[in-house]
Amino acid sequence: MIKAILIFNNHGKPRLSKFYQRYSEDTQQQVIRETFHLVSKRDENVCNFLEGGLLIGGSDNKLIYRHYATLYFVFCVDSSESELGILDLIQVFVETLDKCFENVCELDLIFHVDKVHNILAEMVMGGMVLETNMNEIVTQIDAQNKLEKSEAGLAGAPARAVSAVKNMNLPEIPRNINIGDISIKVPNLPSFR
Amino acid sequence: MSDVVERTLSVLPGLLGQHDPGAGPGGGGPGRASATSRLGSLIRSITALTSKHEEEKLIQQELTSLKAAVSAPTTTLRLMKECMVRLIYCEMLGYESSFGYIHAIKLAQQGNLLEKRVGYLAVSLFLHENHDLLLLLVNTVVKDLQSTNLVEVCMALTIVSQIFPREMIPAVLPLIEDKLQHSKEIIRRKAVQALYKFYLIAPNQVQHIHDKFRKALCDRDAGVMAASLHIYLQMIKENSSGYKDLTGSFVTILKQVVGGKLPIDFNYHSVPAPWLQIQLLRILRLLGKDDLRTSELMYDVLDESLRRAEINHNITYAILSECVQTIYTIYPNSELLEKAAKCIGKFVLSPKINLKYLGLKALTYVIQQDPNLALQHQMTIIECLDHPDPIVKRETLELLYRITNGQNVIVIVQKMLDYLKESKEEYAIINLVGKIAELWFIQTMNAVFSVGGDLVHTDIPNNFLRLLAEGFDDGKEDGKLRMYAVKSYLALLEEDDALYPQKFLQVMSWVLGEYSSLVTDVDPEVILTKLHSLLKKTFVTSETKVWIMAAVTKIASRTSCSKAVDEIIQEFSNSLDTCMRQYAFELKNLSEDKVLMKNLLPFDASCSDMVVDASLSFLDGFVAEGLGRGAAPYKPHHQRQEEKLSQEKALNFEPYRLSFASSVSSSGITGRQSPTGLSFGSDTSVNSAETGHKETSTLKLEGVQKLWGKEGYLPKKESKEGKEKEPQTVSCGTLSAGHVVDPPALRSDQVASISEEEKEKQQLASTLFIGLGSNAGVSLMGKAETATQKFKRKSKINEIQHFGPLLDTGPINVEDSEGSLHTRLRKASLSSSDIVEDNLAFEMPQSLRKPGLDERLSDNRLSQSSLFADSNIEIFQPSPSAHCESASKTPFVPSLPEELEELTHSEVVELCQSDALALYLCKVWTDDSLLLTLFVSNKTIAVLNAVNLVFEEAEHFQILESPCYQFPAIEAESVERCQKCVWMDKICTQGVLSGSVNYQSEVETRLNFSIALSLMDFIRPMEMTTEDFGKLWLSLSNDVKQNIKMSSSQDSLPAALNTLQQKLKLHIVDVIGNEGILACQLLPSVPCLLHCRTHSGMLALWFRSPCSALPDGLLYQCQKVMEES
Repeated sequence: MIKAILIFNNHGKPRLSKFYQRYSEDTQQQVIRETFHLVSKRDENVCNFLEGGLLIGGSDNKLIYRHYATLYFVFCVDSSESELGILDLIQVFVETLDKCFENVCELDLIFHVDKVHNILAEMVMGGMVLETNMNEIVTQIDAQNKLEKSEAGLAGAPARAVSAVKNMNLPEIPRNINIGDISIKVPNLPSFR
Repeated sequence: MSDVVERTLSVLPGLLGQHDPGAGPGGGGPGRASATSRLGSLIRSITALTSKHEEEKLIQQELTSLKAAVSAPTTTLRLMKECMVRLIYCEMLGYESSFGYIHAIKLAQQGNLLEKRVGYLAVSLFLHENHDLLLLLVNTVVKDLQSTNLVEVCMALTIVSQIFPREMIPAVLPLIEDKLQHSKEIIRRKAVQALYKFYLIAPNQVQHIHDKFRKALCDRDAGVMAASLHIYLQMIKENSSGYKDLTGSFVTILKQVVGGKLPIDFNYHSVPAPWLQIQLLRILRLLGKDDLRTSELMYDVLDESLRRAEINHNITYAILSECVQTIYTIYPNSELLEKAAKCIGKFVLSPKINLKYLGLKALTYVIQQDPNLALQHQMTIIECLDHPDPIVKRETLELLYRITNGQNVIVIVQKMLDYLKESKEEYAIINLVGKIAELWFIQTMNAVFSVGGDLVHTDIPNNFLRLLAEGFDDGKEDGKLRMYAVKSYLALLEEDDALYPQKFLQVMSWVLGEYSSLVTDVDPEVILTKLHSLLKKTFVTSETKVWIMAAVTKIASRTSCSKAVDEIIQEFSNSLDTCMRQYAFELKNLSEDKVLMKNLLPFDASCSDMVVDASLSFLDGFVAEGLGRGAAPYKPHHQRQEEKLSQEKALNFEPYRLSFASSVSSSGITGRQSPTGLSFGSDTSVNSAETGHKETSTLKLEGVQKLWGKEGYLPKKESKEGKEKEPQTVSCGTLSAGHVVDPPALRSDQVASISEEEKEKQQLASTLFIGLGSNAGVSLMGKAETATQKFKRKSKINEIQHFGPLLDTGPINVEDSEGSLHTRLRKASLSSSDIVEDNLAFEMPQSLRKPGLDERLSDNRLSQSSLFADSNIEIFQPSPSAHCESASKTPFVPSLPEELEELTHSEVVELCQSDALALYLCKVWTDDSLLLTLFVSNKTIAVLNAVNLVFEEAEHFQILESPCYQFPAIEAESVERCQKCVWMDKICTQGVLSGSVNYQSEVETRLNFSIALSLMDFIRPMEMTTEDFGKLWLSLSNDVKQNIKMSSSQDSLPAALNTLQQKLKLHIVDVIGNEGILACQLLPSVPCLLHCRTHSGMLALWFRSPCSALPDGLLYQCQKVMEES
């Protein structure tokens, strides 16, 4: 499982942080600091893997990182992920960003944090790798953007205008369910006596 | 700030002017300009700052203005969206912005697509699973899941798989299940992922959809199938034996992927679906571990994977490395092992550091199985020891650590210490110190303690002290070692200003207290004075002070009178630290009675077991006296509470309340008491001179017992130490060995002239790798030995097992002839439900069960299950294996003895057999346990001697008495019987108890078996009155409620209750109107109460139990039986 994905620049300023396991706010910041501390010390000609720091969870975890110009991309994963596999996943992620932003640079990540998160969500879901095909991801993102744009453009217009582009071939509206049972009566205990 | 940021800033205004920096295709929209500029100006001002303090001030300002903005009623959703983005930025920098959380949820609720997306994103970044506000999101998620807009559904599924409150799963579960049939592949895939999340956080709640997981595995889209592998990997990790039947399917899938049968979209750098391959290889690894039959299925495909992964790209190495690990984990196959070894060689020798690192890791992994492999690469390993990358270096040390033996320990520890001195990383220090500690040496330990300091794990000093105290076989050596330790510590304490880590001080004081009298030429007074001065130091923590005090007490018991002791007593009798004060008083009282003190603190008794009278029987007289004087007898806490409850409320008109006191009372319900009828808690109230003394001894015990308990004793360590005692001889040995080894090493390198440096390295190599493998000299030549000893021995066993039937793979072999993946998958999924069936309806004769299953097969909706239906794929047919012949011949089935025959019991089923012996099982459900009756029948015409039956330790089950049973001899063609009582320790609906039976015929043979146990095997009716039920109900807090539909055949309450009584062995306590109450217990005595009510065709179930998992498990069973009937 991927525990966290961190992007920070050469000065340790976080550019994106996504945690798939619960850490408290303070711990998250510490993790970012510690990871930067570990990663930034590394030379260029060493391996891309690091045994996990103390905070991110000890010996079972490892850090897999890549350094691109001004940015570090770090994935914190547990032992159930393949090191080289993740390394290429980072490559896919960056190439996808490059396609979506056309020559991605640090600025894109700063100003479009939400978009970067969306792209990431198409690749990794709940800590598990969902999609690794770059074209597929780009298609998904494009389709969503188009849909959103059209809706934003039609803001205020009747909803049916929008529905034209929506997918309508759902077999049936899923049945309604009620949350828990509010109608359950509390058994009156003394009546049993 | 660097020039990069400066450059960034210089382009910023221009970019901002264009409205659209980075020009994302999805950019634009009227709201963007202002948002960007605001975010832009924020970022610009942040980058211009020079100190953390200024940044803090600025962000606080920003947050204040954001707070005003979000709470203003005039703020539009679009503006809100912009605010959210800024909030996300602030949160990322580590500034709390909790005021915005509720607005993020609102945005997700109300916004249009774009705004909703930002809302969801903010929620997933701000909140965590247990956050209260998350409950407000549930309705939005439900609404979006029902939306006809795909994007909304996707967003809802994404948020569900990121954070979702556990208790709210039932609200969305049916919706997500529906999504598994969605026409769009992406939705199905995300739904599977969401279910995986549910499986992780609440496995009990998704038990009923395991069939759907199988369907997802057979989905026509490979992406959905890939997503379902996550779930399978997890499930197989937890219980690999339950999914062996799927091995064939996974192998077929991998075969198709490797063979390039997937659409070209799945290729990555012209490697077909590499991540999918990695996932499959991991699953196969888990399935094939220690299992010959399953492993045999995968040999072919592994071979092919190795062969195909030849393109020189990073990702193929990823596949190779997984392949290698799988080959070394599953049942060994010499041909594959050879190829894998070559592969590892390629990795280790690679100039790429990543590959080298992974190669070393793989070597570390396989080294225990195949030490010769390390010998082949020893020169590379030596080079890696001096590698500039500390990570590679550390991995090398890890590798060396695995091959440490008596002969090379000194060199390896030295290498580790060298690394330790250079390293400044906390994590590395902790990790390495643990290893060195195992590899030993007092002096080394001293160095370790001073360098590692307080970062050292607590176990390490404890283990160290235990080793010292338990000693070795030779009493004289022990004395010497201890004296050496005492002297070295005294020398260390001599330095007045030295600062030692606390742990080290604790170790010192313990050793001095215990063994200082061994050193005769030092006056104890001197030691006491030293300890006294330590006590006065401010850097010493109170914990350490307690250790020192204990040492002082021990030393004082061996001296007649001491000035230092008197001083200590005086000084600390008034200490503000209560602990120290108590110790001082104890010491004072004890030193007044030297004889008692000597008895209390005998010399070198730290290893002798103390007998503690846990029942406090010595207080019996005191209690009897008290009772005689008319005191009330002691009541346990839960009893008192219940009495209080019943006294307070003669009539309870209140509805059931949540009670939080159940954790205490739950254990009380078992009614267990100490032999004398006294609870352990009573000692606190008793105070007499006698107990006072007893208490002091227990106090000492605390410090001692913890460290010196006999359990966890490591004989391996000891043998190492034994050797360490003659370091000279050892180093002589290594040197001479080095000379012997040198010449072949030279030849293998084929270098005419060898530099000094090279020679040194080889010298080092020979010292490091000495004692590895059968013949180090020969192995140095670098010739690969195909099979190591271990494998040879193993394969002998496997030949015998060859003929043994393996229950779980049966179904696959049977319909091999049908040959299509389609049916194979279908069968596979059914055969697992067969196992489930097995547990629930054990009483049914097998012949009856089969047709029933076939019926289900025919109406199973798995028709669309063929994999990758679009591409025509030839299906892999495993060669029919010849193992199942003997499975069919069953000579006879043993029967239960009369006394058990009367109890409810299952059919006698066969567990495993070989040509000499067969093992049968019958479950007997007695009142207080599950009695597993095992029959061992000797099929040969000779007596079988020493048949051993051993159960492995299982996570969920506890075998009373011992998990082994030995039959001294089994006569020819006769049956012996043994019985084992089993309880469920941890609650699970299905579990497996595995074990093996050993016997000696011509060769030592081992047969493995596993027994499937279900929760229902451990549920018994619990008789009680309505009144008792009421009391108990109030005291329990874990409740689970659920409505289930009643089928038409039993729409009345009595019928439903009847079903529950018969099928689930629940006891009906009372029925009043449309309500009924039932009770049962999980063995040995965990109660579970059930309240049922019918209304309009629904049955409302309400469980309560002291154990939180039990209601979930029972609910599942109830649903199951109600559906079936």
